[in-house]
Amino acid sequence: MSRQPGSVAQTFARLRQDPLGITGLVIVVVILLATVFARLLAPHDPLEVDVYNRLAGPSWQHWLGTDQLGRDVLSRVLLGGQVALKVALVAISVSMAAGLALGMMAGFGPKWLDRVLVICFDTLRSFPTIMFALAIVALIGPSLNTVIGVIIITSIPVYARVVRTQTLALRERDFILAERAMGASTARILRHHVLPNIAAPLFILASMDVPAVIGMEAGLSFLGLGVSPPTPSWGSILNDGYSYLRNSPWPIIAGGLPLILVTLGFTFFGESLRDILDPKLRGKDR
Amino acid sequence: MLQFVTRRSLLALLILLLAVTLLFGMIHMMPGDPASVILGPKASPELRAELNRKMGLDQPLPAQLVRFYTDLARGDLGVDVFANRPVTDIVLEQLPYTLVLVLAAIGGATLLGIPLGCFSAIRRNSLLDRITAVLSVAFIAVPSFVVALYLLLWLAVKWRWFPAMGAGASGDLADQAWHLALPAIALGLGWVGYIARLVRASMLEVMEENHIRTARAFGLPERTIIVHYALRIAILPTVTILGMGIGTMLSGALFTEIVFSRPGIGKLLHEAVITRNYPVVMGSVVVTTAFFVLCTLISDIVNAALDPRVRESRGAS
Amino acid sequence: MNQTVLQIRDLSVSYATEQGPLRALRQVSFEVPQGKIIGIVGESGCGKSTLIASIIRLLAPNARIDSGSIVFRGKDLLGLSTDEMRALRGNEISIVFQDPMSSLNPVLTIGRQMADVQHRSRSGRGEKNARSLMMLERVGIPDPAGQLRRYPHHLSGGMRQRVAIAMALMSEPALLIADEPTTALDATLEVQIIQRLKELQRDFGCSILFISHHLGVIAELCDEVIVMYAGEVCESGPMREVFLTPRHPYTQRLLECDPARIRQRTRQLPVIEGSLPSLVELPRGCIFRERCGQSFERCSIERPRLAGDVHKSACHLSDIAS
Repeated sequence: MSRQPGSVAQTFARLRQDPLGITGLVIVVVILLATVFARLLAPHDPLEVDVYNRLAGPSWQHWLGTDQLGRDVLSRVLLGGQVALKVALVAISVSMAAGLALGMMAGFGPKWLDRVLVICFDTLRSFPTIMFALAIVALIGPSLNTVIGVIIITSIPVYARVVRTQTLALRERDFILAERAMGASTARILRHHVLPNIAAPLFILASMDVPAVIGMEAGLSFLGLGVSPPTPSWGSILNDGYSYLRNSPWPIIAGGLPLILVTLGFTFFGESLRDILDPKLRGKDR
Repeated sequence: MLQFVTRRSLLALLILLLAVTLLFGMIHMMPGDPASVILGPKASPELRAELNRKMGLDQPLPAQLVRFYTDLARGDLGVDVFANRPVTDIVLEQLPYTLVLVLAAIGGATLLGIPLGCFSAIRRNSLLDRITAVLSVAFIAVPSFVVALYLLLWLAVKWRWFPAMGAGASGDLADQAWHLALPAIALGLGWVGYIARLVRASMLEVMEENHIRTARAFGLPERTIIVHYALRIAILPTVTILGMGIGTMLSGALFTEIVFSRPGIGKLLHEAVITRNYPVVMGSVVVTTAFFVLCTLISDIVNAALDPRVRESRGAS
Repeated sequence: MNQTVLQIRDLSVSYATEQGPLRALRQVSFEVPQGKIIGIVGESGCGKSTLIASIIRLLAPNARIDSGSIVFRGKDLLGLSTDEMRALRGNEISIVFQDPMSSLNPVLTIGRQMADVQHRSRSGRGEKNARSLMMLERVGIPDPAGQLRRYPHHLSGGMRQRVAIAMALMSEPALLIADEPTTALDATLEVQIIQRLKELQRDFGCSILFISHHLGVIAELCDEVIVMYAGEVCESGPMREVFLTPRHPYTQRLLECDPARIRQRTRQLPVIEGSLPSLVELPRGCIFRERCGQSFERCSIERPRLAGDVHKSACHLSDIAS
């Protein structure tokens, strides 16, 4: 597993040889752009109600049809992406940062701290994720921020574990021992040696985590426990579509499509990246 | 072996205890007194006072905790104040449906996934291998409730090959199986691919190892080598993953039950959350968590039984 | 009747690599007479593993047998089908591998593996176990019944190797190939195992092809020895002759470098300067020329052929001498 700066260019070169990886990357980029520029791209106001035109199929006016309140599904889908993006960015960056800190503490710190932290991680991970999310939502009340919070709480142990494993492995390596013998502080060792080694697996984990996080937000919104109406989220579009399933299949088809594309895109890309950077890394932790 | 089992079981118990304590703590961390939290904001003062007394909520916290544990140990999960029934009964009524669903999904996924992975490893880079590879990635990633919705849409509503809701008439096994099919497929589809990939990767690794070369050097028939020597080792990671995967499955089962309007713990929990029926919410979460911990424990033990090397090492990390 | 068990003639094997074909074996020829122990000496990279793999036909997918013949008990091995070849393995030809740690299946008991090795026999489990027990006793393992129930990682390296030998001899093969069986063990164990091997060979009467880079062991055990370098046979013959009067410069240097020969205290261990040549781009002429020190013009033009009566060597110097 190389960690020299030149390998970024190498990585891209090798990525280019993997058709699935490229497909994934293209999908990801397209979706990202569409999401960021959603308001510009959306043909209609996603909140604009037009009851006379409800549950219509695809037409030139409405490429993906309309939902039960006559709102343009395509516009809602585009905007829903922004919710997904926000959730993914916030949740993953916070979880990764916290996981990094805790994992390094567990790996490099005293044994008792490691034990305590590991038990904490295991306890958090002993809850089936959605069940736990539901319990918290039941207490605090549904909102997008609650969803983000729950995702963070259940994600931190995952990242922390990976970091911990790597840190523990590195701790015993000769060059670390040599550095300590020369009086290097823990902070320096962590920053200069542990961090670069962890960067790759963490990055891969994060890119594989995006679909899971987005899926979880969509799932909770589908259950009515995420975004509050009328804000569109891919999950809430599916929820609306589900209620009117027999009237029109289009909201469901349309709501599911971006989810499928996003998960496929990130997974193909993440897998490709993993094969390139570290073929030994495996895991589905959610 | 006994030592390992004891050690692992104690650890599992500890984790379960901590998890349950966390849940307990969550109720009490909420603003307002627990009775309001449990009964909702609209409860009258008399109702609250009554609940406080009945559930011992006016006792000091440590006393409550002890009572909570002892109740749990007795299997008492509290009372559903809306339906006026013990939560334990309600949960135990619904649990079998979820268990059947999860088992069917895992069983199907394993039965399909292991041979698929095995063949992929033996016939590397063949067409079957490549298709499996792409499809598995695709199905693993997509959230299972999306798969469930699409299956519902096409196979149940549009083409009417399968029923769209319910668990089937009780007592009629065939009808129940028919109702089980689509949800189990929705839940298990991702896992077929995942298991196949796992087995494939393990097999490829194991087949390179020296002891396989020895077995070949002794002229053992290829089938014996693949099934008894290689697969036996290659399956080990799958067993562990399955145990942990039950947790994911429970979450997926919740969605599947809701999409297909199937009875089960998932559906129960969902409704309880919407109606703010806290005892039922907590009870369901406790039961599912306990189940999950149990599954992980069992899979670790099975893993140790199959692979003697695991028993000797310093237990679970 | 003194039949030759194994006869290898001009065997050439190459591997397909990105840089081109890697010629791992080039016109290797030797014979293994019945009831004799033949040693193959050579450093890493001399082609020993390829040679063994070729004999039992478990070569890597990118390997090719370019030419030559391998005749075992009168049968042309290269012409056999996969099934016929498999029928020989673990039956008339057995192998003991180098690393006892990884050669045994870690998740099956010793008993199970020893019974599996007898897969051709029609006897029941009980009889197979009895046979296993007997073999374990023959190789000198204490508490054989207990060992059958244990897993490989419970046994020490030396014990595991004895088990491997027991497994190999179970079918009373005509040829036992031992691929550096004692390299992974420490010296005292090595001596014991070698002794045991000698006894077993006397009892069973099989031929042994013993590969090692440990000269002392070869001297102790083998009747004849073959010296290999970079895929070629450079010298072969009766052990005493080769070791006492080596003809090929490589053999001479090898013997000089043997630590057992050091008489005076020294800080420098003698080595042969230089390193193995590339087997993809072979040099012209003699393969050992660069490191020889006694080479002359002819060595860089013509490849020497294995010549001689009983004691053969592939060197232009020998030609001159004779």
